[in-house]
Amino acid sequence: MKTSRRRRYTEWLVTLPSLAWLVVLFVLPTLIVFAIAFKPANPYGGIGAGWTWSTLASLGNPNYPAIIWRTLWISTTTTVLCLLLGIPMAYFMAQLPPRRRQVFLLLVIIPFWTSFLVRIFAWKVLLHPDGLIKQALVALHLVDADASLLYNAGAVLLVMVYTYLPFAVLPIYAAAEKFEFALIEAARDLGASSWKAFRSIFLPGIRRGILTAFLMVFIPALGAYVIPDIVGGPHSEMIGNKIAQRTFVDRNLPHASALSVILTLAVLAPLTAGMLMQRKKDRHAVLHQEGL
Amino acid sequence: MAGFLEFDDITKAFGSLRAVDCVSLSIRKGEFFSLLGPSGCGKTTLLRMLAGFEQPDKGRVILDGQDITDIPPNRRKVNTIFQSYALFPHLNVRENIAFGLRVAKRPRKEVDAEVDRMLALIQMEEHAEKKPSLISGGQKQRVAIARALINKPRVLLLDEPLAALDLKLRQRMLIELDLIHDEVGITFLYVTHDQGEAMSLSDRIAVMNNGRIEQIGTPAEIYEMPRSSFVAAFIGDTNFFEGQVAELIDTEYSRLTIDGFPDVVCFNDRKMNTGNLVYVSIRPEKFRISREQPQGGGRVNQVRGVVEDVIYLGAQTKYWVRVQQYLIAVNQQHSRFLLDQKPITWKDEVWVSWFADDGFMLDRYSETDEQLIQLPPEEVGDDPGQEPQADEA
Repeated sequence: MKTSRRRRYTEWLVTLPSLAWLVVLFVLPTLIVFAIAFKPANPYGGIGAGWTWSTLASLGNPNYPAIIWRTLWISTTTTVLCLLLGIPMAYFMAQLPPRRRQVFLLLVIIPFWTSFLVRIFAWKVLLHPDGLIKQALVALHLVDADASLLYNAGAVLLVMVYTYLPFAVLPIYAAAEKFEFALIEAARDLGASSWKAFRSIFLPGIRRGILTAFLMVFIPALGAYVIPDIVGGPHSEMIGNKIAQRTFVDRNLPHASALSVILTLAVLAPLTAGMLMQRKKDRHAVLHQEGL
Repeated sequence: MAGFLEFDDITKAFGSLRAVDCVSLSIRKGEFFSLLGPSGCGKTTLLRMLAGFEQPDKGRVILDGQDITDIPPNRRKVNTIFQSYALFPHLNVRENIAFGLRVAKRPRKEVDAEVDRMLALIQMEEHAEKKPSLISGGQKQRVAIARALINKPRVLLLDEPLAALDLKLRQRMLIELDLIHDEVGITFLYVTHDQGEAMSLSDRIAVMNNGRIEQIGTPAEIYEMPRSSFVAAFIGDTNFFEGQVAELIDTEYSRLTIDGFPDVVCFNDRKMNTGNLVYVSIRPEKFRISREQPQGGGRVNQVRGVVEDVIYLGAQTKYWVRVQQYLIAVNQQHSRFLLDQKPITWKDEVWVSWFADDGFMLDRYSETDEQLIQLPPEEVGDDPGQEPQADEA
């Protein structure tokens, strides 16, 4: 009993620095942001005295539900597309001989070596009315000459998928690499078609990788602000743009905070649900030894 | 007669390596047939071509009169037990066993009844709801067997199914496999590098080496009448002597010269001719060892030597007798232990004798065979966790 209590104590001691770090630099700021959401704004860009519900209540303005709805569907579509592209890529890469696998992995990682902003501006150049892609599509009669490829939700979606795809591929690949492909043969041997074996054996086998990929794409996508700002237009604004606008243009911090609260809750809700589900499953199989 | 399962002139190459080289094989219905050979001999490739995971470059696979060469694995009436079992980790024992029937979209009631029957067969009823990671190696093995058998395959393929088990468990599973074969009565194709497994289970064995079949026969035929020096060396222990045919005595026996030996008479069923260079293979247990010169006779060979080493193993004693350049391994069974009898020991001069019928004249093997044969078979395999056999000094 005594030894276990002592171990508890040392564990606490070891955890303390990182805990302090998190509390001071993460938990407190978040709480401050939450608190500001309940403060009135003053006309000079500062925070007024007293407490009010009015800022949160003002989010009922019909503008916001539309933006929140757009943020949700762009993020969800981005996540789904990233998973749809990432899973086959990982399935393919994990079965390559090790050396070629490294090459493909490098190809996935290479974009990170260039500045994120530069890459988005590159897309802007490509999609520009005089840009390569636009010209090519017009030449192939796939697109009207006066249609715009930029400044709409489609452009935002395209660049979002481009940006977040590696964050989906890497965790799924990590899971697929540990997957035992003899299981696919076993399923085929027992009468399953290739598709059935993929669906009922491979996908469950890499489910943790898929869950990680989902979180790694969906959460940053919800908060995206640079991409819709650069390649999007007034009708493809996301909640991140509104927060930036309230902070930098309107200098209305309570309003920005209120939007942030909504966003944070939107992220926390699925995350908590997912974690609870996972914990329930893990408790079910404590001795279960599994990769990733 | 066309067999139930036919491999017809199969060739399969991986790059420049001919994994399977013009193999033809005919297996009877209900037979327990083993493919035995060192790793890399092509036995697993042959099995994978029957399962449908590999396509032969040349040749056909015929099952029950139907050419299945181009049929995908999920539409072949064969099922495999994999070396690693390949149980689905996210499904429990019951769901693993039910997988084949679920895929075939059989009614739920029927699936449940069949799975219950299988669980009873492998005595795993109380573990039905457990995930594979929570059951032991032997239990996984049994689940893999049930999962394969529930589809009622025409042929059950077993790919080194016991390699991952420890010795004790392996011996028990051997007996269980044999019982299951008797019970379900379907054809078993068993791939192994372990001669002990192959010998104890099989109706017939095909010994493979370098992508080719060296010999097909019953376990006794393969052990007692090896057709090649590879087979003689791979199955059990043997002594090889380099000799030359000096004279044909009659249709069945020849006189040989072996350096340092008096004239040797040997059974000649291979129709070797005078002047042929041969290896003579004689199993250690076929020798008799004695201090006094044994009774000679037309068909008994004897040679004098000195005991260099003795290993007492309880059930038998292993002697190493020096005769010129040869160190002959002799296994002697003790029929009766007599306290007053002076046992043969180091430095004793002894007579070693054997019947002409116990020697086999074989073609000389190639150099690559020789390298292979130098190693005990267990070390040729690439599978970890194997105990060398007690009779290998």
